[in-house]
Amino acid sequence: MLWQRGAMTLDQLPCGSSATITAVAWDMLAPEEALRLRVLGVDEGAKITIAHRGIFGGRDPIAVNLGRMTIALRRVHAAAMQVTKA
Amino acid sequence: MGPIRTIALVGNPNAGKSALFNALTGARQKIANYPGVTVERKAGRLQLLQSGGTSEPVELIDLPGSYSLADTTSPDEEVTRKFVLGELEGEAHPDVIVVVLDAANLEQHLVFAQEVIALGRPTVVALNMVDLAERDGLVLDPEALGHALGVPVVPTVAVRRRGLAELAAAMGEARVDDPGHVDDRRIGHLTLPERRLAAQNIAKAAILSESGAHRLYSGLDRALLNPWLGPLILFALLFVIFQAVFAWATPFADALDAGAGTLTDLARASMPEGIARDFVTEGVIAGVGSVVVFLPQIVILFFFILVMEASGYMARAAFLMDRLMAGVGLSGRSFIPLLSSFACAIPGIMATRSIADPKGRLTTILIAPLMTCSARLPVYLVIIGAVIPNIRVAPFIGLQGLVLFGLYVAGIVGAMAAALLLRRTVMRGKASGFIMELPRYQWPILKDLMIGLWQRAWVFLRRAGTIILTATIVLWLLLTFPRGDEGESQVGASFAGQIAGAMHPAFEPIGFNREMTLALVPAMAAREVAVSSLATTYAIDSEDENRTIEALRGRIADLWGLPTALAFLAWFVFAPQCISTIAVARRETNGWKWPAFMVGYLFALAYIFAGITYWGAIALGL
Repeated sequence: MLWQRGAMTLDQLPCGSSATITAVAWDMLAPEEALRLRVLGVDEGAKITIAHRGIFGGRDPIAVNLGRMTIALRRVHAAAMQVTKA
Repeated sequence: MGPIRTIALVGNPNAGKSALFNALTGARQKIANYPGVTVERKAGRLQLLQSGGTSEPVELIDLPGSYSLADTTSPDEEVTRKFVLGELEGEAHPDVIVVVLDAANLEQHLVFAQEVIALGRPTVVALNMVDLAERDGLVLDPEALGHALGVPVVPTVAVRRRGLAELAAAMGEARVDDPGHVDDRRIGHLTLPERRLAAQNIAKAAILSESGAHRLYSGLDRALLNPWLGPLILFALLFVIFQAVFAWATPFADALDAGAGTLTDLARASMPEGIARDFVTEGVIAGVGSVVVFLPQIVILFFFILVMEASGYMARAAFLMDRLMAGVGLSGRSFIPLLSSFACAIPGIMATRSIADPKGRLTTILIAPLMTCSARLPVYLVIIGAVIPNIRVAPFIGLQGLVLFGLYVAGIVGAMAAALLLRRTVMRGKASGFIMELPRYQWPILKDLMIGLWQRAWVFLRRAGTIILTATIVLWLLLTFPRGDEGESQVGASFAGQIAGAMHPAFEPIGFNREMTLALVPAMAAREVAVSSLATTYAIDSEDENRTIEALRGRIADLWGLPTALAFLAWFVFAPQCISTIAVARRETNGWKWPAFMVGYLFALAYIFAGITYWGAIALGL
């Protein structure tokens, strides 16, 4: 799916909420980080749940549940991912 | 086809690969480095019943955990890729590849497994941790999985040694020309999303029943990653670790010290007086002994680190510390190496290997020596004891302890400031991100812990026997020759003394006297040698170490002013006074460029801060 203006991004989700990643602006991320996220399965179409967030700096980092895995990433990564809430 | 000689063990990180490797090979493992890269090569031997009916030894290689063959994102994964493809220089193409899968995380792990199977090499799949999968409510059909993948699938529980014989049998029989194998090679042309979709379908077919997505111990994260409780628990744990490293290690360190003393006595008794005897006692035994006494601390520290790693807590600690580290341009992954550096920078620098981002890793290496390692402690304790009055500034808070704490804080603040500056100048680049899998919690296995501890201790001792031995011999030569005349201080007459004499004008402006400058030279071998060097220069000769320290404290209190003593302490907070650390930095960065930079900026910092301390103290009338 295409990147849509004004759509919600992953970093805006509160703890405990579930969503599907609809679009990722890969060019906003460093190439090796984009690759790392993709091989972990954080990609378009992935169904995720926000499991934990830090306390400081806009509640960074973020831990998301994806299938049977928990993956930690930063807010800057999450900001490059558009989601639709489940 | 000839017999099988080498077998490679591959799999995603957290698939239980190392536990399986330990279970298959036992403690007889060889650890080395792959040439030219700082990736550990772990190999072990295993008797394997070959298809010809003979039992022959094979080499089993535990390759670094990987998420992908095609899309490698770290030097570790690059080694795995090249090894599996037979492209790694000096390494044989493995005859058989064993893919280790976490049975409870098939959809993710099968993405990588498909890539490996698609290579068309003889492959066996170890469906590991089936017991945990069952407890998670998953019932799997290994046969269906084997059918879908086109390779033998053996269910295993490495930590309970279940399925090991079956796995070994499957390895011995693994052959390329299995029928039904050819079709699956098309997977190699699939893209990542296609492989992922295929993995989901294969996993779905292999799962007989699934009772909810119940994750074992998932409640633990609610407490350990809680924004308020989590950091509290982490700091409580760190406090315990620090206590243990400094308190529990003392009796063992004392025993090692006594052992070195006994060896010295033995050498004195059995060798004729002279240069050769001095070489053995003052050079070899004293030099290597001064480093080996840190072994208990390092073993205790690594015990905690290995438990944290094996249980899955380490990734949580990195998660909790990430935001703080991000403030200075690093990531949570830098936390553990820096923590290790409080015992000794050597294991700390080696632990930076887990940092994927090269600039983040290099920055961590460059600031690791600023963490107050335990070798600084003897220097701090002697000087503080000599010049800081033993008074209480508040209930339960002594001034001496406060100064000691201040020195630790100075190191941490210095390291954070250095990291911030480095990341904005020579290490500039996109912020080193933080992307990592938080593995499932598990009980650490005692045997795996013991093997890990033994390996760390061995690496440390081997270093003490090579680099550190060489450095101490060179220093001993510098301190011993040329021989001084009767009545003249040997240290003063030696090459080291002459070097110190030449250096002294440079150190006078920051308040260092000649004896202090001289102490800096042998302290390059190990910081705490500064203490014995000062004792030698002040001609304090006592067989009993405690009385030496007392006498030295008296002498320092008499001869040094407070500004001078404080400047000396400030110097030791920053100065890279340790040849072994520099040598490790060289090995881990593959060249002299970064160690040279590290030594330069740390000496500059030490000089500036010792100067500021000296003149500041004088201005304050101390």
